[in-house]
Amino acid sequence: MDYFLQQLINGVTLGAIYGLVAIGYTMVYGIIGMINFAHGEIYMIGAFIAVISFLALGMLGITWVPLAVVMVLLLTMLFTAVYGWTVERLAYRPLRGSFRLAPLISAIGMSIFLQNYVQLVQGARVKPLPPVMSDVIVLLERGDGFRVSVSELQLLILALTVVLMIAFTRLIARTPLGRAQRACEQDMKMASLLGIDVDRTISLTFVMGAALAGVAGVMVTMYYGVIDFYIGFLAGIKAFTAAVLGGIGSLPGAMLGGLLIGLIEAFWSAYFSVEYKDVAVFGILVLVLIFRPTGLLGRPELEKV
Amino acid sequence: MTTIPDHPPLLAVEHLSMRFGGLVAVNDVSFSARDREITAIIGPNGAGKTTVFNCLTGFYTPSVGRLTVTHSGGHWLLERMEAHRIARSARVARTFQNVRLFGGMSVLENLIVAQHTKLMRASGFTLAGLLGLPVYRRAERAAVDLARYWLDRVGLVDLADWQAGNLPYGAQRRLEIARAMCSEPRLLCLDEPAAGLNPRESAELSQLLTFIRDRHRIGVLLIEHDMSVVMTISDHLVVLDYGRKISEGPPALVRRDPAVIRAYLGEDEDGDGDGNRREGSGGW
Amino acid sequence: MDRAAARRGPPVDGRAALKDGALAGGVALALTLPLVGLRTVEVQSRLAIEFHLAEVAVTGLLVFLGRLGLSLAAGGLPGPVLAAALAAAAAGWLLPFPTETLRVLALAGAAVVAARALWALHNGRDRLSRQDRDRRMDRLGARLQDASRLLGPAAAAMAVALPFLPFADRAVLDLGILLLTYIMLGWGLNIVVGLAGLLDLGYVAFYAVGAYSYALLAQTFGFSFWLCLPLAGLLASCAGLVLGFPVLRLRGDYFAIVTLGFGEIVRIILLNWADVTGGPNGIAGIPRPSFFGIADFTAAPEPGRLAFHQLFGLDYTPLHRIIFLYYLILGLALLVNLFTLRIRRLPLGRAWEALREDDIACTALGINRTTIKLAAFAIAAMFGGIAGSFFATRQGFISPESFSFIESALILAIVVLGGMGSQMGVVIAALLVIGLPEVFRDLAQYRMLTFGAGMVLIMLWRPRGLLAHREPTILLHPRKSASRRQAEAAEGR
Repeated sequence: MDYFLQQLINGVTLGAIYGLVAIGYTMVYGIIGMINFAHGEIYMIGAFIAVISFLALGMLGITWVPLAVVMVLLLTMLFTAVYGWTVERLAYRPLRGSFRLAPLISAIGMSIFLQNYVQLVQGARVKPLPPVMSDVIVLLERGDGFRVSVSELQLLILALTVVLMIAFTRLIARTPLGRAQRACEQDMKMASLLGIDVDRTISLTFVMGAALAGVAGVMVTMYYGVIDFYIGFLAGIKAFTAAVLGGIGSLPGAMLGGLLIGLIEAFWSAYFSVEYKDVAVFGILVLVLIFRPTGLLGRPELEKV
Repeated sequence: MTTIPDHPPLLAVEHLSMRFGGLVAVNDVSFSARDREITAIIGPNGAGKTTVFNCLTGFYTPSVGRLTVTHSGGHWLLERMEAHRIARSARVARTFQNVRLFGGMSVLENLIVAQHTKLMRASGFTLAGLLGLPVYRRAERAAVDLARYWLDRVGLVDLADWQAGNLPYGAQRRLEIARAMCSEPRLLCLDEPAAGLNPRESAELSQLLTFIRDRHRIGVLLIEHDMSVVMTISDHLVVLDYGRKISEGPPALVRRDPAVIRAYLGEDEDGDGDGNRREGSGGW
Repeated sequence: MDRAAARRGPPVDGRAALKDGALAGGVALALTLPLVGLRTVEVQSRLAIEFHLAEVAVTGLLVFLGRLGLSLAAGGLPGPVLAAALAAAAAGWLLPFPTETLRVLALAGAAVVAARALWALHNGRDRLSRQDRDRRMDRLGARLQDASRLLGPAAAAMAVALPFLPFADRAVLDLGILLLTYIMLGWGLNIVVGLAGLLDLGYVAFYAVGAYSYALLAQTFGFSFWLCLPLAGLLASCAGLVLGFPVLRLRGDYFAIVTLGFGEIVRIILLNWADVTGGPNGIAGIPRPSFFGIADFTAAPEPGRLAFHQLFGLDYTPLHRIIFLYYLILGLALLVNLFTLRIRRLPLGRAWEALREDDIACTALGINRTTIKLAAFAIAAMFGGIAGSFFATRQGFISPESFSFIESALILAIVVLGGMGSQMGVVIAALLVIGLPEVFRDLAQYRMLTFGAGMVLIMLWRPRGLLAHREPTILLHPRKSASRRQAEAAEGR
């Protein structure tokens, strides 16, 4: 029971991280109907910028943890936002009228480019970071010494995710930008005829998704303590699976999907086998797409003939 | 056109309803279309006409209703059949509101693809074809002959090797009809075939459709807004409005039906006799 | 307005060009500052930061100048821009740069700006619309397609003759084998992606199934290569059916991601199912092919077996086996090519192409989409599996490393770059994507980087691929090629 509880905590934390990345996928798919294959690399870049920021802040003598974490978050969000904006502007916007597979292929190229760019400039070796927050709150203690604990970092991740979720839901539902975004999702031509700057709305969607992926990158850096240039690929597919599981196009769906994927991964590694945990997640992807392609919270789509 | 009342109609639509979530697009529509007749479905925009087509041709699954096709080849219930089986077994062909050609392929190739099923059989499911056996080559030649026949009928023989996507709009529409006919259907469904055609092209279309009805003796079902085409060639009209059928019968009767006039021209709500629904809306 | 003034166009908007340039430069600075400017390095097993801020500044400057140059060249100052670009190129050659990469970027950028300026000088202010550009490239593609009717057989003849040419040593033959393997894979994937229009991101899975099937069949049952080859193809084909069946109803991008997932699943299983697949160590000691079962390619044959060199009265040289392998892969590749050329004239191939063009219309014509998609998938899988068998026997050793997503991406890039559906295009693309990096071995670290950038650029410039022109497979009025007649008709003749 205690083991289960610990895995539950771990799974939820992991799920929060996936959820943040999944939101980026789902928002982009919702508005322009394409899978941003390079989104995972944005997350990876966020992680690298987090490491660099922590190191830089350390060099500058800023070591008070709360301040450092806030600054790293802001810096990472800023830079990943610029990356997200640039990728859309360079690789996707010119292809908007082109045939259906063109943006996807361009995205794959962009993903490979970004991965290798980081590998070239930062080196192919893993980047370790000394733990920034290591305090732990013990919840239960068993006789044999096994403790169920939740770390402060895990709490931070969860709290941050909840706050961001609420903020984004508010943004989508209440602000002009959110309305513009929903309008574009429904009918882009009509939205532009009504005076909505479609290009800007799409750009902002990418920027927001990228910033959230940046936050996830910071979180994963602090959580695992070690990153490399390849984490984007795997996390990208899993986060996409989460977005599909929750219902592509639905923000709460992305978060729900993320949580489920995180839990599945945690429990599969704990109770079955660590080697095949990724297979489990991919398997989920296949099953969902076959049996319930609209996901848990998605709206069924009718093919227009 | 004399109809034989005790002969089951080519197409019998009974109590067809289509619901999308809360929206009822088609509400308890029943009508029939007979062999060797041109039946036109008309009605204001949004009346559910294309939805009916999509139910007939298998692109939507009707919420309620029975769709029966009967001809010498057999008897089919379309409401549970997959779209491609409806085309292949029940021999129902269709064209689309937004022309759907194989743009990257040539005009001739479009017509050859339409004869896929019989060519596939002749090619021994590809095996005989790969081995270059004469049975396939003969079948392909026959397919080209049929394609040439229809290219002749629609006036596209000279453009046969053109890329279909490069054809002018009117030619594309004609090609789509020719392609549908190459699949040798018993019921031809046309979704707004006259849309965007000028008067000369519309007249040619009318000629083509009557030719198809008289010479090839199949049933034609069309959705159309162009009254010059509809009134000239239709044997039978079905009028839809807001998803319901409001009239059915020969054109002469339907055009005088007050329900139809109300649907198209509107109720004289403000009572001033000027034919406009509201006060002073400018008139036409 | 007279024509000269019309050609000149509106006055040069220097301010807008400067703004664009500054924005581009600023973005470049923001992008490169954290990752290029601050690099993590290991200092005594801890991480530290190394500053490379000069590179950031130079990059920002280059991007600013480049964008400014492009705007002004298109915007009415082609002459001055051309001069400036040439001067910049000279500066790039002579001045010191923080890194060689930046120097190359500077020179390349100057070349691009100069080219744009030259184009503007030649054509005036008319910016060719995408349609016009496409039409021009299409005409070039049409002419190349006509030429390829001769080029194709000529290339095949050269390929056949290659081993006997004077410069054909071991390295050349190995390169040839490598290229032909990728060409075969490209032609195989072309069936699914190019003809049927299904984006398959996991093609490497079938390559892997073929390779491992061959290895296991050969080692466990001792079957000869000639028995294992078709068996491996069959097994790969079955894998194609099994993987394809559940997912072929899915829409384009979802289908792509699922195939990617399958590719990864296969790789992970190969990596972890050590009992069967040998895990990360793979399978070694895979038997090499014999000369049609009659003779072996060894210096000292086993008792009771003939050696190839003995059979033909030649001196032993390890090249014999390599040449045999070369002709083997050449034959297999040509088999795939012949199949594709034939199938395009058969109803199945035409249905594939129709599916790519408009799958709804296909359904309305009675074509069962799922069946033909499955056929495409299974056939392409079979060819991939056969290529995998060849790979296994050529290397003698296989491991999961050779079957990662990057391979799938490479093969996809070859198909996409060459022009979906174009056989000749696949050959040219393979020469570029696989051949060039092999020739420029020293720049190996930049290989994947340029590959990724290349994929993006090709989509921006020619999304349908380099040789995307399509000739109809059947003509009602033969004699003149269809493209020529269409071009004549377009010109009003």
